[in-house]
Amino acid sequence: MSEPILSVKDLQIEFKSGSIVTKAVNGVTFSLNENESLGIVGESGSGKSVTATSILRLIPNPPGKITGGEIIFKGKNLLTLSNREIREIRGNEISMIFQDPSTSLNPVFTVGNQIIESIRTHKAVSKKEARELAIKMLELVGIPAPEKRIDMYPHEFSGGMRQRVMIAIALSCDPKLLIADEPTTALDVTVQAQILNLMKELQAKLNMSIIMITHDLGVVWETCDKIIVMYAGRVVESGTVAELYKNSLHPYTWGLLDSQITESQNNLKPLATIPGSPPDLSFEVKGCPFVERCPYAQTVCFEKTPQLMEPTKGHAVACHFQTSDQKLERKEDAYFDGSTT
Amino acid sequence: MKGFLYKRILQLIPTLLIVAIIVFFITRMLPGDPAAVMLGPQASAEDIAAYSEKLGLNEPLHKQFFDYLINLATFDFGNSLTYNRPIMDLIIERFPNTIILAVSALLLAVMIGVPAGIIAARKQNTIIDYSVTTLSLIGVSMPIFWLGVMLVLYFSVNLGWFPATGMGSLEEGFGSFIRHLILPSVALATIPTAEFARIIRSSMLETISQDYIKTARSKGLKEFKVINKHAFKNALTPLLTVIGLQFSGLLGGAVLTETIFSWPGMGLLIVDAIEKRDFVVVQSTVIFIAVIYVVINLIVDILYKVVNPKVNLDSNSGGGK
Ligand SMILES: Nc1ncnc2c1ncn2[C@@H]1O[C@H](COP(=O)(O)OP(=O)(O)OP(=O)(O)O)[C@@H](O)[C@H]1O
Ligand SMILES: [Mg+2]
Repeated sequence: MSEPILSVKDLQIEFKSGSIVTKAVNGVTFSLNENESLGIVGESGSGKSVTATSILRLIPNPPGKITGGEIIFKGKNLLTLSNREIREIRGNEISMIFQDPSTSLNPVFTVGNQIIESIRTHKAVSKKEARELAIKMLELVGIPAPEKRIDMYPHEFSGGMRQRVMIAIALSCDPKLLIADEPTTALDVTVQAQILNLMKELQAKLNMSIIMITHDLGVVWETCDKIIVMYAGRVVESGTVAELYKNSLHPYTWGLLDSQITESQNNLKPLATIPGSPPDLSFEVKGCPFVERCPYAQTVCFEKTPQLMEPTKGHAVACHFQTSDQKLERKEDAYFDGSTT
Repeated sequence: MKGFLYKRILQLIPTLLIVAIIVFFITRMLPGDPAAVMLGPQASAEDIAAYSEKLGLNEPLHKQFFDYLINLATFDFGNSLTYNRPIMDLIIERFPNTIILAVSALLLAVMIGVPAGIIAARKQNTIIDYSVTTLSLIGVSMPIFWLGVMLVLYFSVNLGWFPATGMGSLEEGFGSFIRHLILPSVALATIPTAEFARIIRSSMLETISQDYIKTARSKGLKEFKVINKHAFKNALTPLLTVIGLQFSGLLGGAVLTETIFSWPGMGLLIVDAIEKRDFVVVQSTVIFIAVIYVVINLIVDILYKVVNPKVNLDSNSGGGK
């Protein structure tokens, strides 16, 4: 395989509030090849958005700060670029779309203005050419009557249409990488599927890589090639979707899988939840960060922090047992006991 | 948009009618018989009676009131008792002076207050922010009368840079005109400058944290454009409201400033008229000012629509195009 287009190594990100320092991202490592799509899953607060926004260096500083690691994109470390150099990458080689399309478009400018602005920031084209390209982009993302729609304001579009506009803006300069932070969470279920299909379709058409952040494992199975599972600012498991779907190893991933709503599930079985909550990241975490909630925890888990290791090629996990000889036996109902109390 | 305009103009009628009624009764309730006050203490009872008759003060109140309304509706404000001239002439003479002072003060306030507010928001919690916040707090609570007197003392009396009072006419040269304008404009601009800085600072802080600002940055825009295009236009709505309020206040005649600097505007006209119990002038100028207020309000409402396309002016046309 060729060089990965993006590789993130040992990323460290902190947020400072007064004297409290929260380690929101702690040693995240992953890589992504051309045309590949990577899913990032994990509970709320696990550091998915912070990881993704740090790629374009959009973490608000203060309070946030990238304190360590590397983000290598096409051979360059994005963290050491000048402000001007990183601006040339934003919206051009790497684009981003966000969760809520009703707040991520500027309400006081027409959608055309917002697409054209992006095009003209990165391409030396006339206003007229940019407008034509903008209409083409709107057409590409499936907006009917784009010559008319281009002069409308965001509030004149439905939620799904707004997200299509966001995608049109993001793709207007042919990025090599699209970062989508929960692009469908704020949308209706039927619209969600349309947006995901559109993204898949455009990925094939335009040759780009995608980082897809989501709460929904189902989305990952459907749209991604690789997956990383984040917990408390760390990667606890990563690998190909095919591998993790069948042979997931981390007890936290098992918990996520058990709490999924699957189609085969007839409502007889109660939905599992992982009891407890993630550790407070403003304190040093001792031992495994998942230990308090892990049904398989043993003494060693309280004492030593497990490192991310690859017991089989291309499948990494951070668990003392899964990387040693004493493999855990996955219990069917590990997350059902006491979950209703 | 057209429907909106018609409706808003129609809505002005009841507002102005209420103003007219209140003004009429308040001026009638002022202590002192206007005829007696105007003719002075030496006037005989017959003179006063004759004068009252001439003013229509002996008519029954309802008759006076209807005459008054009809005159207003035909823009006939009548004659000033003390100046012995049509009031409309007085207003036409004075109002442009007030406009000059108001526009100059407003420009000054916008040019200083708005950038100061933007910078304070961008440098939140730094020494720059604290300075702007403190200065604007001092500014809004500044006693203008005191400030005006201090400006005159220092810049006219001590340094002799600017004339202390009066208004330079353009015939005497543009330089003189400007030098007369500076001190009253500074005095008048102080409170609005401080207010604009505060408003813009807080609304910029709010917009800067919005998602669309993150989007703008993620597109690779320069920070200057992110702030001055994407954030500023969204932060403009609250500013428009206060600009409108301040401007209509200024146009009503800055009573204190015009008095201190003997600026021959509407404010001075009203003060004179009140002193001389020229109630017809008071009545007419107050109504004139009320009209100015509502017109500016209307203009601000229209500007809202220009700035913020989400504002739906035809509230009954639901989600229209
Ligand atoms: N602007 C900020 N200021 C302070 N702390 C922040 C900020 N943004 C993120 N954090 C910290 O980083 C942690 C991770 O946040 P992040 O937004 O990455 O979570 P997430 O995995 O995307 O969650 P969600 O699924 O809810 O979007 C948060 O718990 C919080 O402590
Ligand atoms: Mg998030």
